[in-house]
Amino acid sequence: FEQAPMYVAVLTFLGFGVGTIFGYLRDFMRAWGLEKRNVAAEREQQKDFVPLYQDFENFYTRNLYMRIRDNWNRPICSVPGPQFDLMERVTDDYNWTFRFTGRTIKNVINMGSYNYLGFAETDVNALKTVTIELQKYGTGICSTRQEMGSLDKHVELEKLVAKFLGVEDAMVFGMGFATNSMNIPALVGKGCLILSDELNHTSLVLGARLSGATIRIFKHNNMQSLEKLLRDAIIYGQPRSHRAWRKILILVEGIYSMEGSIVRLPEIVSLKKKYKAYLYLDEAHSIGAVGATGRGVVEYFGMSPDDVDVLMGTFTKSFGAAGGYIAGKKDLVDFLRTHSHSAVYATSMCPPVAEQIIRAMKCLMGLDGTTQGLQRVCQLGKNTRYFRQRLHEMGFIIYGNDDSPVVPLLLYMPGKIGAFARRMLEKNIGVVVVGFPATPITESRARFCVSAAHTREMLDTVLNALDELGDFLHLKYSRYSKSSHPELYEETRLELED
Amino acid sequence: MAAAGMGQQWVLVEMVQAFYEAPAYHLILEGILILWIIRLLFSKTYKLQERSDLTPKEKEELIEEWQPEPLVPPVPKDHPALNYNIVSGPPTHIITVNGKECINFASFNFLGLLDNEKVKSAAQASLKKYGVGTCGPRGFYGTFDVHLELEERLAKFMRTEEAIIYSYGFATIASAIPAYSKRGDIVFVDEAACFAIQKGLQASRSNIKLFKHNDMADLERLLKEQETEDQKNPRKARVTRRFIVVEGLYMNTGDVCPLPELIKLKYKYKVRIFLEESLSFGVLGEHGRGITEHFGINIDDIDLISANMENSLASIGGFCCGRSFIIDHQRLSGQGYCFSASLPPLLAAAAIEALNIMEDNPDIFQTLRAKCERIHKALQGISGLKVVGESFSPALHLQLEESCGSREDDVKLLKRVVDYCMDSGIALTQARYLEKEEKCLPPPSIRVVITVEQTEQELDKAASLLKEAVQSVLN
Repeated sequence: FEQAPMYVAVLTFLGFGVGTIFGYLRDFMRAWGLEKRNVAAEREQQKDFVPLYQDFENFYTRNLYMRIRDNWNRPICSVPGPQFDLMERVTDDYNWTFRFTGRTIKNVINMGSYNYLGFAETDVNALKTVTIELQKYGTGICSTRQEMGSLDKHVELEKLVAKFLGVEDAMVFGMGFATNSMNIPALVGKGCLILSDELNHTSLVLGARLSGATIRIFKHNNMQSLEKLLRDAIIYGQPRSHRAWRKILILVEGIYSMEGSIVRLPEIVSLKKKYKAYLYLDEAHSIGAVGATGRGVVEYFGMSPDDVDVLMGTFTKSFGAAGGYIAGKKDLVDFLRTHSHSAVYATSMCPPVAEQIIRAMKCLMGLDGTTQGLQRVCQLGKNTRYFRQRLHEMGFIIYGNDDSPVVPLLLYMPGKIGAFARRMLEKNIGVVVVGFPATPITESRARFCVSAAHTREMLDTVLNALDELGDFLHLKYSRYSKSSHPELYEETRLELED
Repeated sequence: MAAAGMGQQWVLVEMVQAFYEAPAYHLILEGILILWIIRLLFSKTYKLQERSDLTPKEKEELIEEWQPEPLVPPVPKDHPALNYNIVSGPPTHIITVNGKECINFASFNFLGLLDNEKVKSAAQASLKKYGVGTCGPRGFYGTFDVHLELEERLAKFMRTEEAIIYSYGFATIASAIPAYSKRGDIVFVDEAACFAIQKGLQASRSNIKLFKHNDMADLERLLKEQETEDQKNPRKARVTRRFIVVEGLYMNTGDVCPLPELIKLKYKYKVRIFLEESLSFGVLGEHGRGITEHFGINIDDIDLISANMENSLASIGGFCCGRSFIIDHQRLSGQGYCFSASLPPLLAAAAIEALNIMEDNPDIFQTLRAKCERIHKALQGISGLKVVGESFSPALHLQLEESCGSREDDVKLLKRVVDYCMDSGIALTQARYLEKEEKCLPPPSIRVVITVEQTEQELDKAASLLKEAVQSVLN
C-alpha cells in the first residue's frame, strides 16, 4: 500500500489534536453548566447506581463523532440499487438530534451499498419466484433447524450452493455475522491455535474469542509472518506446557472490506499443506464478485475448492439477500449440522430470502437459460478496472488489488471526512466514509463499492465529481499518478524513478 | 591561567600521593572491580534458557512428525440430530413433515401470524418497493424507513422511549449484553438462562454468578456476599457495574421469573435488570406487552428489555427496548447491529403488520391463555411423563418421570413417543440442546407448543394421543 507524504500525517495528527482539545474544553463547559447537555441522562431514582458508562469511553463519541454524525445512518426509502432515494434529514442543533423534512432526495448514485452484481432490484419478472414463495410460505419459520424449522427450501438451497462452489455439501444459516460467531466455536476449542489476519472482520474475531482457543495474529497478507508463527507453534507447542497443539486453524478473508486487498491464496494453501494446518476462508465480499464466473477467490487464483478446508460466505453482498453458508466436505457439514450453535438454538433462514438466493445463483450459473449471470460478472470486472484506473490517473491514493470491487480512497484528515461526504451528497452521490475505530486513526477513508448495475455514465459522473472535489479539498496525495497522456507530462516519468 | 594550571597539577600530585598512601588490599579490590566492569561491558548478554536450543534439523523433524487432529470428528450415522425432519411447505397449523400431514404442535407460532393474509400482503408490497436484501449495515445506507417505522412502533407498543432492531434473534441478546457489561463487571444470571444469554455473557468476559432457578433467596445471598466484598474495596466497587439477567418466560423450564421481588432487590442492592422476553412478548399481559404488564410493573424500572420477533410476531429478527439513555449506546457498540447487514425490509414490514394485528385484537391473548390452561390440565394425568411449565405458558416441556439411566436412553425413548405421535398426525419435537456446551443441561424432554389456531378438539386429541403413545412405549 502506498504511504502518504509526511506532511499529511503531521496535519492529520494536528487535526485530531485540535479536536481533542476542543473536546476537553466542551466537556469542561458542560460539566460546569456553561453549555447545555444534550445527551440523555440516567433516571432520577437510579442516580446512585454505579454509572453505566465511563465518561472517558464516550469521549470520542461525544466530541469527534458527533460533529460528523450526519454522514452515517442515512435512511433510504427505495431499493438499494445503483441509484436510490434518500430521506432528507436536517439537524437544528449540530447533529445531536435529527429531523426529517419529509422530502426525499431522488436518484442519488449509490456508491455505498454492497450490491456487487446488481441483484438488489425490484423488476417484477426477476422477483416472480420470490413473490410466489412469499405467498406460499409467509415470512416466518418460528423454529430452529434441528426442531421443526428445516424446510424443503433449505435443502434445495444447500444443494445448489454446493453445486455452485464445487464442493460436496453446504449448510446455510440465517445471518452472516452469526455464521462466523457460532461455527468457529464448534470447530475449534481449548488447546487449538487460531492464526488470524490482522484486519479480520469483527465476526471472525468474536467467533475466535468465543471458541476458547489461543489466538495469534499475523501481519496483513504477510506470508513470512504467517510462516514464522506456524513454525514456532509446531516446534514449541502450547505456551507453558509445551504439549502439541490439537489443531491449527488459519482464518483469512477473500477480500478485506476496509482495504480492498485480495488474500494471497496460493501461498497460504502451500503453507497450509506443508505445515498440516486447516484453512477457513471467509468470502463475504468475494463470492460472486471476483473470479471468471463469480465463484470467488478460489476461482480467481485458479485453485480447486478442495484445497480450502472450510469455505464460508455470506449472501448479503453479491446476492442481494441475507444469510450465510459454510461449505466443504460432507464430514464437515454433517458435523456442523449436529454441533453448530445455530442449528440448535437459532432460527433458520426465511423462505422468500432463500428463494432470492436460489434465483440469483441459478442466474449466475446460467441454469435459467440466459447468460445474464456471466454478463453481470463481466460488467462488474469492467467497471472495477475502469474505476480504479481512472482514480489512479487522477492521483488519489487507492488501496487494494486492481480486481477488487471495494475501492478505498484515503482521506487521512478528520476534517475532510465530513466535508467530503457532505459535498458528494450535494452533488447527488452517496458515499461511505469510515474513520476510527473501524480503521487506524490516521487512515480515514472513503470506500466505494462498484456494482455491475452501474452504467458507464454513472461512473463518469462520479469520477468527474471526485476530480473536482479532489482538487478543491487537496485529496490527490499520490506521487505515482499515471496519466492517460504520458507523452505530455515528462516530469511524472522522472518522479517515478525515485 | 598559571594559577589554574598550578591548581590542576596540585590536584594531580594529591591524587598520586593518595595512591601511594592507600592500603594494598584497597588498591587490589578496586583493580579487580574495574577489570570485572570491563569484562561485563564486553561479554555477550546472557539469555534466559526458556526454550531449549534446537538445531534446525531437529526443528524440521518436529514439523514433520506433528499430526493434527482431524478438523471434525466423524459423526455417527445414527446421531439423533443428524437427520432433520424436512417440512414441505409453510410450517403453519397443518404441517407436512417428512411427507405426512400433521397438526403442528412444535413451531413457536403462538399467535398464528405465520400465514396471515394481511401480513403476507404487507410483505409483498414491501418486496415490490424494496427488493429483498438491504445490501449494507445500518451505518452505510442500510437504514430503511421501514426500520425506523418499526422501531418507533415497537417503542410505542411497549411504552418505552426507544427501540433498536437486530436482524437475527439469537444475536440480539448476545450483542446487547457485551455492549454494557465488560471485563470486571458482575452479572447475576439464572441457571436456566437460554444459550443466547450464555454466549452473550461469554463474549462480555464479565464475572458470572449463577443463582438457582427462580430462587430469590439464593440470589439475595449472592448479592449480600458481593456487598461484603465491596466493603473491602470501595474504590473498585464504585466502578464495577452490576447486572441481573433473567428471562420473562424461560424457554428451558416454561415458568416465569418473580419480577416484583427482583425489582425490590434491584433497588436494595443497586443492580440493573436486563429482561429477556422472547417467549413472553406477545403472550403475557393484557395487551401482550410481556411480563411487565402481567405483573403490573412500571416499565421504566427495567433497564433493558430484549426480545426476538421470531415467536409471536412470526418474522425474523429481534429488538431491544428501554430508555434512550440505555438503548442509544447499542447503536455504536452493539456488534450484531454495527457490523452486520440490517433486517430485510419485507420482514420489517411483516413485523409492523403483525404489530397492527396484535394491537387491534387484544382478545387473542386471553384465548391463547385459555387454551394453554386446557391442555395443561389435560396432560396432567399421563403416567410416566410430567408436565414442566406454568399453566399459562404456551411452550411446555414433557419430561420422563423416571429416567432410564442414561441421557441417551432417555432421548431414544422420547424419540419413540414423538415418532408414534407423528405417525398419528400430531407433529411434536424434542427440545434440542448442545450437550457439551450448556452450563446447566436440562433433562431431555418433548416440547409442546400451543398456538391460537389449535381448536379444542385438536388439543384434546393431542393429549389423548400422548397418553396412548407413552403407554405403548413404556410397556
